[in-house]
Amino acid sequence: MDVQAWTFLIVGFSFAIYLGIAIWSRAGSAGEFYVAGGGVPPLANGMATGADWMSAASFISMAGIISFGGYDGSVYLMGWTGGYVLLALLLAPYLRKFGRFTVPDFIGDRCYSNFARVVAVLCALCVSFTYVAGQMRGVGVVFSQFLQVPINWGVVIGMGIVFFYAVLGGMKGITYTQVAQYCVLIFAFMVPAIFMSLLLTGTLVPQAGFVGDLGGDVGTQIAADLGAVGGEKIALLDAIDKINTELGFNAFTDGSKSRLDIFMITIALMVGTAGLPHVIIRFYTVPKVRDARMSAFYALLFIAILYTAAPAVGVFGRMNLIHTVEHAYYDAELAKSEEDKVIPEWFREWETTGLLAWVDKNDDGRVDYLKGRVFADGGKDKPAFATSEEDGTPLRGVHGQRVVTNPPSETPNELYVDRDIMVLANPQIANLPNWVIGLLAAGGLAAALSTAAGLLMVISSAVSHDLLKGVINPKVTEKQELWVARGAAAVGVFGAGYFGINPPGFVAEVVALAFGLAASTFFPAILLGIFSKRASREGIVGGMLIGIAYTLTYIVMFKFTWADGLLQVVSGWEPGQNKADYWFLGISPEGIGSIGMLVNFAAAIAISKLTPPPPQEIQDLIENIRVPKDAGEAHEMQLPPATADDI
Amino acid sequence: MPNDPTQDTGPSAAQRYWKTNIKYLTVLLGIWFAVSYGCGILFVDQLNEYRLGGAKLGFWFAQQGSIYVFVALIAVYVVLMNKLDRRFGFRED
Repeated sequence: MDVQAWTFLIVGFSFAIYLGIAIWSRAGSAGEFYVAGGGVPPLANGMATGADWMSAASFISMAGIISFGGYDGSVYLMGWTGGYVLLALLLAPYLRKFGRFTVPDFIGDRCYSNFARVVAVLCALCVSFTYVAGQMRGVGVVFSQFLQVPINWGVVIGMGIVFFYAVLGGMKGITYTQVAQYCVLIFAFMVPAIFMSLLLTGTLVPQAGFVGDLGGDVGTQIAADLGAVGGEKIALLDAIDKINTELGFNAFTDGSKSRLDIFMITIALMVGTAGLPHVIIRFYTVPKVRDARMSAFYALLFIAILYTAAPAVGVFGRMNLIHTVEHAYYDAELAKSEEDKVIPEWFREWETTGLLAWVDKNDDGRVDYLKGRVFADGGKDKPAFATSEEDGTPLRGVHGQRVVTNPPSETPNELYVDRDIMVLANPQIANLPNWVIGLLAAGGLAAALSTAAGLLMVISSAVSHDLLKGVINPKVTEKQELWVARGAAAVGVFGAGYFGINPPGFVAEVVALAFGLAASTFFPAILLGIFSKRASREGIVGGMLIGIAYTLTYIVMFKFTWADGLLQVVSGWEPGQNKADYWFLGISPEGIGSIGMLVNFAAAIAISKLTPPPPQEIQDLIENIRVPKDAGEAHEMQLPPATADDI
Repeated sequence: MPNDPTQDTGPSAAQRYWKTNIKYLTVLLGIWFAVSYGCGILFVDQLNEYRLGGAKLGFWFAQQGSIYVFVALIAVYVVLMNKLDRRFGFRED
């Protein structure tokens, strides 16, 4: 069977499973809709959390980011796993004991304030919306790369699937589809990783190959190219360092970011991870406090399988790509001897999808891959391909390569490589069977859809449970509340779909924003709420507002280009002052969430010292959530509703 | 008020449970910080003088070792807390 047939078969089969699970697990009550009835076993919750957490970015892009960034990529590896230690030790067990449905539930009750609840709802909506749009885009990209379906249709199909099981099944439907999606995505990630590991290191386990020596079919050739004689062994990481430096790149195991910046970004990502509402609510779905701890363990274990393999995939992919294309002739006719490398067929396939582009700057007919930007047009650096004006077919250069309209840069580098190719094209680069390619498509879709569904859950419960039931009309019936929840999920799906089809130009920026906001609001607020009986509502709310204001201002100042003009007007900045040279202590916007968190803590503690301590019943509540006994099922509010003197 | 020192009724089970919990957290988070921020970032250059298999040690901590330690830390925490629950009679059935 050809690639197309395999892809349709595997993707179609996985979708059928998701839909079947959705029908089997329809939600009847509010408890089932919000927290899957509180009866999810820890192992299943661990898998669901893994799929919930690992998004299109983890699956498709992370290995590529590490492949290009080397040591700098460590911020994602440590940042997106270390947060689970914080979650397991500092938040999950206590929030489970607290036993409501949402994150704003906790903030609102702990702060005995509906104002706090509304602030938390706005933060949750802000974080989740920025995140979900990217997922829908990821769905569209996978459809267009693998199934030759236009991106917009891909988004619509993805919307349909998520709509069906998130709106019908709520948390219950989402949880069990996420379990299936975890299985699909981890299998899809690991199979090509194992094949690549065998090719380059002769080792079955990618994590072992990563720290091992070159070996296997391709690895032995590379070792010979690097001058290994006889049975001499070269470590994989030493080899990639050598290849990188020979081509003018930084050594893979060295970074280019400052140590302080790496430190700060890692903190922001860890703390942001622990503060993301769609991850936190997964811990409400298990029966007991000790199940919450156990499922945090399973979740990190399942996530770690992919995260420890990702740097290996990044190195394998980079090495194999350079080995295959560097200094190879694009046109086989030009090769003078058997020794000369020739560009393989898959190169042309990925050229048509825009993930690769070649500009023959020195007219030698060979692909030169060196350090530096290929194109001279600003920061975007995406290739724009020229097409014929008559029939829209791609224009070809003298060697048959696609012609780009971007102006070439001064650097000798001739090859544009999109980072996503390190995962998406690996099966073809490594000559793997066709079904592996189909599997990869299903895995990418599973990663994107599962995360999108988890985020929609946060959006829907924030509107129906926290805003409608918690603030506007506490007397609403369960049936009405559920209909509003489904309506909000539906609106969320369409909103996400809209942004998936018309992606805002700031997708990369909003990721920094989502983590920065989570780090500077929810994490400190929940932590103080549990660990300090003295933290008052004024303190916690004030901390959140000051933390978010600081972080938001910093990110907008340095990430959004329109802010430059605005700042010139309001504060008399020089034009172009939104550059790295002006960063606070050299901390990039990605890492500023860590300072935002400190600002939040400082403000919250200071304000708490000046304001009266929480009333006795709140102090009793805190005492109560600190010990695990009698957690019971997740339930509705029992505390008296907030009063008129609410802040 | 429970946190008022003048009305200290002596350490109850819940307070002793909480105190031990804080002790565990401090030690475990100390290790968490040491492997990721210590070995993986602050002292990465010094550790890169040493090797673990084919990898420089500091680099290995940053891209592999810290993740393994994170998983182990949560496992240890689960075991410790389950024991603690039993000791103070807070285990849920």
